[in-house]
Amino acid sequence: MSQQILEKPASFYEHFDRKGGPKDTTHYCPGCGHGNVHKLIAETIDDMGLADRAIFVSPVGCSVFAYYYFDVGNIQAAHGRAPAVGTAVKRTRPNSIVISYQGDGDLASIGTAEIIHAANRGEHMTVFFVNNAIYGMTGGQMAATSLMGQKTATTPYGRSAENEGFPIHMAEMIATLEAPVYVARCHLADLKGIMNTRKAVRKAIQAQVEGKGFTFVEILSPCPTGWKMDTHAACEFITKEMLPVFPEKVLKDEIATRVGWEHEIKEFTDEEVVASLELGMLGEPFPYDKKFVDNFETKGFKFAGFGGQGVLTAGAVFAAHAMQEHLQVSWIPSYGPEMRGGTANCSVVISKDPVGSPLVVEPDVLAVMNDPSFDTFEPTVKPGGLIIVNSTIIARKAHRTDVEVLYIPLTQIADDLGLKAAANMVLLGAYVEYSKLLPLDHLKTIVPKGIKRKALGDQNVLAVEAGAKWVRENAKALKPVPSLTA
Amino acid sequence: MELIKANEAVVKAAVLAGCTQYYGYPITPASEVASAAAKYLPKIGGTFLQAESEVAAINMVYGAAGAGARVMTASSGPGISLKQEGVSYLAAAELPCVIIDVMRAGPGLGNIWPEQGDWNQVVHGGGHGNYKCLVFTPNCAQEMADLTVLAFDLSDKYRLPAYILTDAYIGQMMEPVEFPKARTQVAHRDYALYADRASKDQVVSSIFMSTEGLEEHNRHLQRKYAEIEEKEVRYQEIQVEDADLVLIGYGFISRLLQSVLENLRREGYKVGLLRPITAFPFCSKRLNELAKQGKAFLNVELSNGQMLRDVQLAIGNDKPLYFYNRMGGMVPSVEELTNVTRSYLK
Ligand SMILES: Cc1ncc(C[n+]2csc(CCOP(=O)(O)OP(=O)(O)O)c2C)c(N)n1
Ligand code: SF4
Repeated sequence: MSQQILEKPASFYEHFDRKGGPKDTTHYCPGCGHGNVHKLIAETIDDMGLADRAIFVSPVGCSVFAYYYFDVGNIQAAHGRAPAVGTAVKRTRPNSIVISYQGDGDLASIGTAEIIHAANRGEHMTVFFVNNAIYGMTGGQMAATSLMGQKTATTPYGRSAENEGFPIHMAEMIATLEAPVYVARCHLADLKGIMNTRKAVRKAIQAQVEGKGFTFVEILSPCPTGWKMDTHAACEFITKEMLPVFPEKVLKDEIATRVGWEHEIKEFTDEEVVASLELGMLGEPFPYDKKFVDNFETKGFKFAGFGGQGVLTAGAVFAAHAMQEHLQVSWIPSYGPEMRGGTANCSVVISKDPVGSPLVVEPDVLAVMNDPSFDTFEPTVKPGGLIIVNSTIIARKAHRTDVEVLYIPLTQIADDLGLKAAANMVLLGAYVEYSKLLPLDHLKTIVPKGIKRKALGDQNVLAVEAGAKWVRENAKALKPVPSLTA
Repeated sequence: MELIKANEAVVKAAVLAGCTQYYGYPITPASEVASAAAKYLPKIGGTFLQAESEVAAINMVYGAAGAGARVMTASSGPGISLKQEGVSYLAAAELPCVIIDVMRAGPGLGNIWPEQGDWNQVVHGGGHGNYKCLVFTPNCAQEMADLTVLAFDLSDKYRLPAYILTDAYIGQMMEPVEFPKARTQVAHRDYALYADRASKDQVVSSIFMSTEGLEEHNRHLQRKYAEIEEKEVRYQEIQVEDADLVLIGYGFISRLLQSVLENLRREGYKVGLLRPITAFPFCSKRLNELAKQGKAFLNVELSNGQMLRDVQLAIGNDKPLYFYNRMGGMVPSVEELTNVTRSYLK
């Protein structure tokens, strides 16, 4: 019946060559609503001249074969995911007109998350939701929109509130969201219903053309096969049973008051892309000193303290410096739940050869900024290694007698400079001055480039210098350490 | 040269390779990938979108790839499990994309420490149907960058999803990286939807109603995978030539094995290392050759032996093959591995 009302639009293929079997009839059952909705959409695409730009997202369900019919770009989505697919199509091709088409199993069950979130983000696409209160394709199972008492293949005794809950009102739910601009429900039960559907289809697509936002049209549609009814009874089922539960209604229409979105497509050159990536922040490496590199013995470092003391940054800046001296480096943080407990540490390996394991289990050098770190890692230091203890915070002395220990009031030195957060840089200055492992003047040029907050660069250099100065002034006291720490 | 976290290097490399789209759902230890993508993609007019789930994310990847973009996502164990249906669709529709899997420990919620328990679900399909994905297994930040670029290129060339299969430790590491030159102009894809007249007739789909048609499509896919196995195997060998025992490990484990090798060579043992750089295609031929030369193997993994099955298949059941593993986020020390390896050396 309703089929004859509509003519074949141009964006609907003349013959359905993509389809197996007869090429002039659709694959839908007689009296099925899908064909009508397809034609209403195709007609709109024609009238608005959108065939080249339109991309149709077909779902899994009876309408999975929409690409047989629509002479527009077609992409077939996994069950329920059409809104996700449509989201990315539109964002990749902002010029496209994305038409996502879904059944009630697809949209109101397996794909509820995708439709709600696409709507909530206000994706610039149009969704047609064909609500036939049943799963057509899989053989007439219950849908989330099936009516109370409705008998289906999976509710042989009728849908009950206790077992299956109540019919879900997708249009109403979506209309509660802020972003959607147009949400309507219509039906295909009679000529008037079809004409109203036609209007809604046009409005929804036009709104997308104007860049107004997300539009959603729910269409109550007959499934004579799934309902086990003839066409006439199916239309009556919509009028008498479905409409009282799912009223025909424009639930939201803010098209007139919304400002249109115009997506500017900007092409970026390779140079602009490179510039955006913040590369080369450390600048040119230092001159290559072959003798220095060749004689460099692999060293493992551990920097440990509580969060906020900057131990991870200290390790990273130190590794960056070594890298700029043409050494091989790796840095790896402790991470995960124990970071939340407030202690953090990182391992740094520096070598002239490619670094094998980046995990430093037995450090050559351990720097500890607080007591828990000292307690944890003191026993792990290699015999003959070095421990730097932040003596402002750690009161106790080392238990080990087979390692060198420097007690330096790192936090105090930083505080004296008025740079509370810079104890980590004091540490680097002190260590480099003491060990002469890397050139101190090079370190000072790396520090401003190696830290995240560039504004603090100069202050951090002062902290490095203060650490180095403390070592120079206290060098004598620092000398024969192992026996002193006994 | 940059000193950069491997998880971030992936994103910068992707952008330099012309990736403009990222869709993902947060999960530790892959979160830095998302943060970096969120920072850099909008700056170049690209899209970063935090999806409502991994399921949505991979279907967004499908949409973007169908519309012709270079697109990526990142996740870890549980999230990769959720993506599998979508990956199967991508493979079937022959769409390119790059998926970063920063492996954590499972099964179930497990924990966020490194493991290699995703080998099966990533290398051997994972989703439904007869498909494969390219799988790269970097072991340092430089490779995270380089293999990401290669993953985009080969994924495009062969039209299939490509994985970067890495782990929590590699991802968190900062190491020097020399980034490749920018190559952001992506070639036209004649299968993709451009929302214009020329591409209007394209159908991006994985449905084949006729059984003959679907069998032929399957055969076509298998031919493609065979070609990849022929041409794209990558691995690294260290001192394998004279070795009596060849260590096998990928990703983070290979870094530990490198240290083990150095230790044991110093002690005078003839130990070598073979490190797969591609997991699919796998270096089966090379393993078979080495087995025929009479070498013994020690396979070390952070899993219950998921790669071991592939090694076994490659070398046959009658060859000396030993296995050592840790699981649950436990990582062996170099000393532990050195002792284990020594015990297999006479
Ligand atoms: C992941 C997944 N689960 C289940 C199916 C099987 N399936 C195909 S169509 C369908 C329901 C279709 O019903 P609906 O969305 O209402 O569309 P209709 O066929 O009624 O138009 C289901 C469950 C599938 N293809 N994929
Ligand atoms: S089963 Fe129902 S929805 Fe599917 S084609 Fe037939 S009438 Fe239409």
